[in-house]
Amino acid sequence: MKAIIATTVFGIIMMFAGILVNDRKNIGSIAALLFAALLGVSIWDLVTTPANAPQLLFNDMLRIEHYSLWFNTIMTGCSLLYVLLLGKEIQKVGKYVGEYFALIFFILCGLYLLSSYNNLLMLFIGIEILSIPQYILAGSDKRNLKSSEASLKYFLMGAFSTGILLMGITLLYGAARTFNIMEMVSMLHADALNPLAIGGILFLMVALSFKVSAAPMHMWTPDVYDGSPTAFTAFMATIVKSAAFFAFLRLFQVSFNALSGHWVFILAVITAATLLVGNVTAVFQQSVKRMLAYSSIAQAGFMLFAVLAVNAVAWQGIIIYALAYSVATIGIFAVLIKLKDYTYDGFNGLAKKEPFLAFVTTVCLFSLAGIPLTGGFMAKYFVLLAVVQQGQFMWLVIFALLMAAISVYYYFRVIIAMYFKQGTPELMSPVTSGDKFWMVVTCILVILLGVVPQLFLSNI
Amino acid sequence: MILILLIAIPLFAGIFSFGIKGDGAKVLGLISSMLTLVAAAYVSGANYIAPVSFSQPWIPLLGTQFSLMGDGMSSMLCLLTGIVVLVVMITNVSKEVEKPGSFYGLLLLSQAGLMGVFLAYDALVFYVFWELALIPVYFLCSQWGGEKRIAVTFKFFIYTFVGSLMLLAGLIYLSLQTPGLSSYAWADIVRAGASLPPEKQQWLFWLVFIAFAIKMPIFPFHTWQPDTYEQSPTPVTIILSALMVKMGMYAVLRWLVPVLPFGVAYWADTVVVLSVIGIVYASCIAIVQTDIKRLIAYSSIAHMGLMAAAAFTHSQVGTHGIMVQMFNHGINITGMWVMVSMIEQRYGTRDMTKLGGMATAAPQMAIALLIIAFANIALPLTNGFIGEFMLFNGIFRADSAGHITIMVVAGLGIILGAVYTLNMVQKTAWGEEVKMNSGKDLSTNEYLGLAIIISIIIFLGVYPKPLLDLTSGIAGVITAGH
Repeated sequence: MKAIIATTVFGIIMMFAGILVNDRKNIGSIAALLFAALLGVSIWDLVTTPANAPQLLFNDMLRIEHYSLWFNTIMTGCSLLYVLLLGKEIQKVGKYVGEYFALIFFILCGLYLLSSYNNLLMLFIGIEILSIPQYILAGSDKRNLKSSEASLKYFLMGAFSTGILLMGITLLYGAARTFNIMEMVSMLHADALNPLAIGGILFLMVALSFKVSAAPMHMWTPDVYDGSPTAFTAFMATIVKSAAFFAFLRLFQVSFNALSGHWVFILAVITAATLLVGNVTAVFQQSVKRMLAYSSIAQAGFMLFAVLAVNAVAWQGIIIYALAYSVATIGIFAVLIKLKDYTYDGFNGLAKKEPFLAFVTTVCLFSLAGIPLTGGFMAKYFVLLAVVQQGQFMWLVIFALLMAAISVYYYFRVIIAMYFKQGTPELMSPVTSGDKFWMVVTCILVILLGVVPQLFLSNI
Repeated sequence: MILILLIAIPLFAGIFSFGIKGDGAKVLGLISSMLTLVAAAYVSGANYIAPVSFSQPWIPLLGTQFSLMGDGMSSMLCLLTGIVVLVVMITNVSKEVEKPGSFYGLLLLSQAGLMGVFLAYDALVFYVFWELALIPVYFLCSQWGGEKRIAVTFKFFIYTFVGSLMLLAGLIYLSLQTPGLSSYAWADIVRAGASLPPEKQQWLFWLVFIAFAIKMPIFPFHTWQPDTYEQSPTPVTIILSALMVKMGMYAVLRWLVPVLPFGVAYWADTVVVLSVIGIVYASCIAIVQTDIKRLIAYSSIAHMGLMAAAAFTHSQVGTHGIMVQMFNHGINITGMWVMVSMIEQRYGTRDMTKLGGMATAAPQMAIALLIIAFANIALPLTNGFIGEFMLFNGIFRADSAGHITIMVVAGLGIILGAVYTLNMVQKTAWGEEVKMNSGKDLSTNEYLGLAIIISIIIFLGVYPKPLLDLTSGIAGVITAGH
């Protein structure tokens, strides 16, 4: 609750800071401080809320559970890490530095709503608050045609999917006579389900699949991620995506759990398609940035496992997956943005020139590939555990693991380029000791997640 | 605590080694591998009284404990790892490598990973080490290997990674069958697996086995192996063939045979037939090789095939024989590779049609080669004999209908083994003398390294009792379920 207010206020402060403060560097520092403060507030929220008493707010529009707060805190932490690692690059994107940070604060507001909505209207509002700032960020590099294209494409596709979302909500309202996701459970019965409800569930599934870029609703992702300024791609591909996943999981876990017979198979097919498209297409990319876009689709396939599993482990799975994936991806983007050439060849010989950057990239790539003792392994482990426990989809598990083996191919291509090929990569900006420090923190986080995951899950 | 040292010494020495420039890394590697060997010897020695074990909670959320066990089989393999790495370090003293700090660092890290695999008594810990042992080797091959190294090692990595992931799914499934839904302790996994209905064990078998089959490697999963051996730098080839393939064999004995008895029984004939095909096939290919390194690579497939066949025959003497043979094969093949690398260094080629007359030019080398070759074809009074004898004994006693046929066909492997090994010795040691490019007979450090190998070969050939006693108890435990 406090965090929702804080992030809104901080967003407004940043907007004024853009007018009142002239120096970009100072704006960046203010933003970093405010993000740190926001992390403080969300931890405060977490600590002061009793573990087993969900908080109902605004006429039951929000139901703040303990795990929602935990998710908020973790994602705020990731945002702070993002700002610390990529803040300087955000300042370089364009003129309106203050606004960029303000928009990121507003996105976080959307995230907080999505982690604890109790009403389909709140879901809609959350998704909109999350998305609209992103359309702006995607197009913030105004003179770049690709950036404008990304923005327009994202906006049109986003608007389209929002329409479907609203349609789904309407149909569900028709069947359940309520927007409240908890009350809905008692209104919908698996054995005598109103066809309207089935339509509504499917529409919601499609709309949310779009937001998390699950196949076949993923088409926008590579273009948008590739076209947007790299500094913002890092944010969109990680924290925003995780928020959409959390919303997805929340809705399907809370409201449609008992109805899973009606939708789970469709979702399994979506999952399989996402894994296939993401991994196979990533193999053919020549640009690392675009590869990361496809890799984000592939990783989404794994995160869908949590939604598929509809059991208690799924919450842990989604939180640890979101964290591990976000930290590692932000780490890689922090390195990528330093390079002039985003193709694989641009990484050639990086280990010789900048052994530190190469090492950080390697740790993060190991995590994405799911090598043990990194966060990515634990993340995959938890979502797999959830699905194996559910017991229905052993075939999908094996399929996903084969796909994970493919993912090693494109992740390791970067490692091969850095360590075993010759070349002289050009850097856009020097690596400062501040950068190094936060990159070390990133690596430590990745490894801590892999070695002692209970640190990040013990509160759920 | 001593078990932790077995992992920690090479681990920390390895990490530390990355920071060292120049020859300091060699010294560090030598010291570390000696200390590790001492610790491994202590753990093995303790087995004659009571096995050492260690346990510490790790991730309570998953029910996994960091538990290690140094029983007969584990400590024997740790001892082997200790000896082999030390021999690698000793024979490498006189060689120059690029970036020695990273090279020896990675070598030591892979040793730490191997120790972890052999000691792990918890399935998740086992899995973690199983994957971690692979990573340093991947970097070693890709950085210091031959011309085609990048593509070949990549294939090797992805191949083994696929297997590992299947293993992970299998282990998760098994741990969900344990009481409380999450325990990875060996005893719990064994109990959970063994009580699964046979039809479940039958498909679970492949999830678990595929990883081990790729690592061993069993025909037809072996295609990564000759290329990788050929392209790797010799110290890495030694680690791969003497130790990493033992991971697969060890894992079958520890994590498959007792865990899924019905699954193993159901598929035993299939695997045995595949293994026997592998023996004959690899032996035949070995005969026509002219590159010594490839020849030994194929010979290694044949030897592992025999062990794999024995592992699926449910006989105690066969299982016991595998353990003995794992040790001996590790020692012999290390000797072989050391010889190959010395020949390559001196003559500048591995093609045996271009070699000859080593007995005149370097008599000590020729004698060493001969002894190791004899051990490789399991001549009596060398260490290879006792192991292969027990393996054949085990296969002969199998309950499968075709066990005699299998034994006879597998026996062909021995004859073919003699053909290609002796042919290789003949072509390199005798015949017309070819001039060496550089170097002379054995240098002091090479002499020392080979002396360790040869004395083990002869000692265990004449008096194998210490090795047999060390592993007899655990062989009984593993076959108890059948």
